[in-house]
Amino acid sequence: MIRATSITKRFGDFTALDDVSLEIPDGSLTALLGPSGSGKSTLLRVIAGLEAPDAGSVEIAGADATGVPPQRRGIGFVFQHYAAFKHMTVRDNVAFGLKIRKRGKAEIAARVGELLGIVGLDGYAERYPSQLSGGQRQRMALARALAVEPRVLLLDEPFGALDAKVRGELRAWLRRLHDEVHVTTVLVTHDQEEALEIADRIAVMDHGRIEQVGGPRDLYDRPATPFVMRFLGPVTRLGERLVRPHDLALSLHAAPGSLEAQVARLVHLGFEVRAELVLGDGEEVAVQLTRAEADELELAAGDIVHVRSTALPEPEPLSA
Amino acid sequence: MADPTTLPSAQTAAGRWSLRVLALGYLGALLFVPVAYVLVKTFGHGIGRVIDSITTPAAIHAFQLTLELAAIAVPLNTVFGIAMALALVRGRFPGKGILNALIDLPFAISPVVIGLALLLVYGRGGWLDGLPFQVLFSLPGMALATIFVCLPFVVREVAPVLREVGDESEQAAATLGASRWQAFWRVTLPSIRWGVAYGVVLSVARAIGEFGAVSIVSGNIAGRTQTLTLLVQERYNNFDKAGAYAASTLLALIALSTLLSMTITRRREP
Amino acid sequence: MLGLGVGTLWLSVIVLLPLAAVVTRAFDGGVSAFLDAATSRQAIDALVLTLVVSLLVTAVNAVMGTVIAWVLVRDRFPGKVVLNALIDLPFALPTVVAGVTLVLLYPDVAYTRAGIALALAFVTLPFVVRSVQPVLMELDREVEDAAASLGARPSQILRRIVLPTLAPAIVSGAALGFARAVGEFGSVVIIGANIPFHSQVASVYIFSQVESGNTNGAAAVAVVLLTISVLILIGIRALGGTRDDG
Repeated sequence: MIRATSITKRFGDFTALDDVSLEIPDGSLTALLGPSGSGKSTLLRVIAGLEAPDAGSVEIAGADATGVPPQRRGIGFVFQHYAAFKHMTVRDNVAFGLKIRKRGKAEIAARVGELLGIVGLDGYAERYPSQLSGGQRQRMALARALAVEPRVLLLDEPFGALDAKVRGELRAWLRRLHDEVHVTTVLVTHDQEEALEIADRIAVMDHGRIEQVGGPRDLYDRPATPFVMRFLGPVTRLGERLVRPHDLALSLHAAPGSLEAQVARLVHLGFEVRAELVLGDGEEVAVQLTRAEADELELAAGDIVHVRSTALPEPEPLSA
Repeated sequence: MADPTTLPSAQTAAGRWSLRVLALGYLGALLFVPVAYVLVKTFGHGIGRVIDSITTPAAIHAFQLTLELAAIAVPLNTVFGIAMALALVRGRFPGKGILNALIDLPFAISPVVIGLALLLVYGRGGWLDGLPFQVLFSLPGMALATIFVCLPFVVREVAPVLREVGDESEQAAATLGASRWQAFWRVTLPSIRWGVAYGVVLSVARAIGEFGAVSIVSGNIAGRTQTLTLLVQERYNNFDKAGAYAASTLLALIALSTLLSMTITRRREP
Repeated sequence: MLGLGVGTLWLSVIVLLPLAAVVTRAFDGGVSAFLDAATSRQAIDALVLTLVVSLLVTAVNAVMGTVIAWVLVRDRFPGKVVLNALIDLPFALPTVVAGVTLVLLYPDVAYTRAGIALALAFVTLPFVVRSVQPVLMELDREVEDAAASLGARPSQILRRIVLPTLAPAIVSGAALGFARAVGEFGSVVIIGANIPFHSQVASVYIFSQVESGNTNGAAAVAVVLLTISVLILIGIRALGGTRDDG
């Protein structure tokens, strides 16, 4: 388990982390999710020992790691731009950590072969990083980080520099890898879809603070703050509440709790329909329906409809 | 983003301090202290004597001659440099490698070899012996030597700028009706002006500092074919230490203002 | 292109023609005459002294140049910008002035071979610094962080990651410095005693032969120096070049 307690980090006038505390359970895949500038990369680097916090402590596997340099924390780190050792072959890159630890030649050869197989780079051992594609370089970086059997694997926006298709493939592949290898993994990303897709737990960060920590479902369905709600999915406002567009129901007649609105525009997005409504007070609301639902109501622009929220009831209304 | 105030992973705190001391110590002992010492020592005898020393007829003539040579060599090499840079970057022709190597030669050749070479071409029994005007032991020969040594500077500074800037702007100018010449004056030249400026500064510094080639080619006749650098040597050899230091100080101050110009022109983007 | 034609003509008249004259004169009496002149006792002594001192000085400045470049790129302290500009002083300062200033501060090295080394060290100082600096600036810090995360100590990171990346720049900077040192004249003539067979470098030898009218002998040694320069330039280009150009 990794425990970060009351971490504060400033760069000149800029506060990157403000009294941040977080626990990461063994074997989990935790995502640090947030916009740029939220402090997520900084927190990752503090955990890695690549940055020293101004205040607070880091504990890894029960031992205080706060003053320990990154060489001795037992971590594996993967960078957004691969950080490949350009003057070494793929084999030498992957073997680097093992050579530093002075393992035997046979052992190194076996382990490198095994890892190249796991990441799907068999046959690329003698190539140089410049001869690999972006996705291949990142898989090499992963193999290199895993070679020394780290206690925790840290990934800093690992797929950010790759194009969309490769990103999707590698994302799914990483999750499968984690399921097999079970290393405690922390992933920094600004892409909420990525976090929702592969993480067991997500910590949402903004402006140097953690807004909420929980499973993907929890965060999506029960966001603690408007920021979390907005970041994790589409939102629209109905009256004083923030709701998800697909948690709104339309009917042709009034219902308990519903508001009257006029259909301003219907957008057909293949399987789904987005109905852009205008309420009596001029406010705009977006509702997401399936095509079937829209057809049933025989919606057209200009119609008067009634909209109400079908989200779980809140203890008190949220003000945004 | 890495914290700029933490150490790079390849360095320890003790390492940083020892490197700093080593670097500064070496630079101080080899570079800064000697030059500073000359400046201090020279003015230690009073600025009046320094002024006297650099306003003797020989000194004034040497100064004028030095500037004259720079004024001849640098503009010629600037035109050459721009033309060559354009040809190298934008032209297609075989033999670019050889051309590049030739342009680099003046960087790597000993000045005395240059002087000897000019002697062999323009001297008695030389290939171009018998020209209607005097070349050796006179201004033309010294100018040729100066031109030789500052040949590469403008090319080498302008070529990378040209490469970075690309020629899209000139293409745009063409579509807007500009002739090749107009495009050159209005688009190309402005885009390379800082590269040219930097190259010119370096050329001027080199021209003023030239010694070996000019020494052979000039005959070192005081008051006629003696440059500032030759003057320094003569005074030094005649044990006129104060005079040598004064002339050296003048040259050192010129060098320092060259460095200043270099710093100012170096950081500019097109 | 007109520019190319004029430029090549200029280059030929200014550079090629004179150098061709040197080569021609050196082989005036055939290859054997050239060899005789180039291997006379005095010439050999001068060449050996030149090469040995230049190699020594180049090695020292390769190390120090890298250290200085490291400090300039990775360290921060007040006045660093000024320091950076002053590194180019040997490029801007006339060589005779360099000789005069060094002898003034270190009078004991006058007329000694150590003095020659000192002068050459001054004159070739900026080469490796300026060659290494851009490479060091481009070096991705993340790569060093990656090595640290994999367990490498700072000294190991330096040895296995940083230095191999800097090696080509160090070598080409040192090569250019060597070419410069081998031909250096102005500062050496001031500092050294320039005693034939003892403390006379190749450039001074050439000068003295010119003075005494032995242009064949001068040309022979000049050709040796020229060959060294050309080989170094070709070698640097083969390595990938120090500068960006056409």
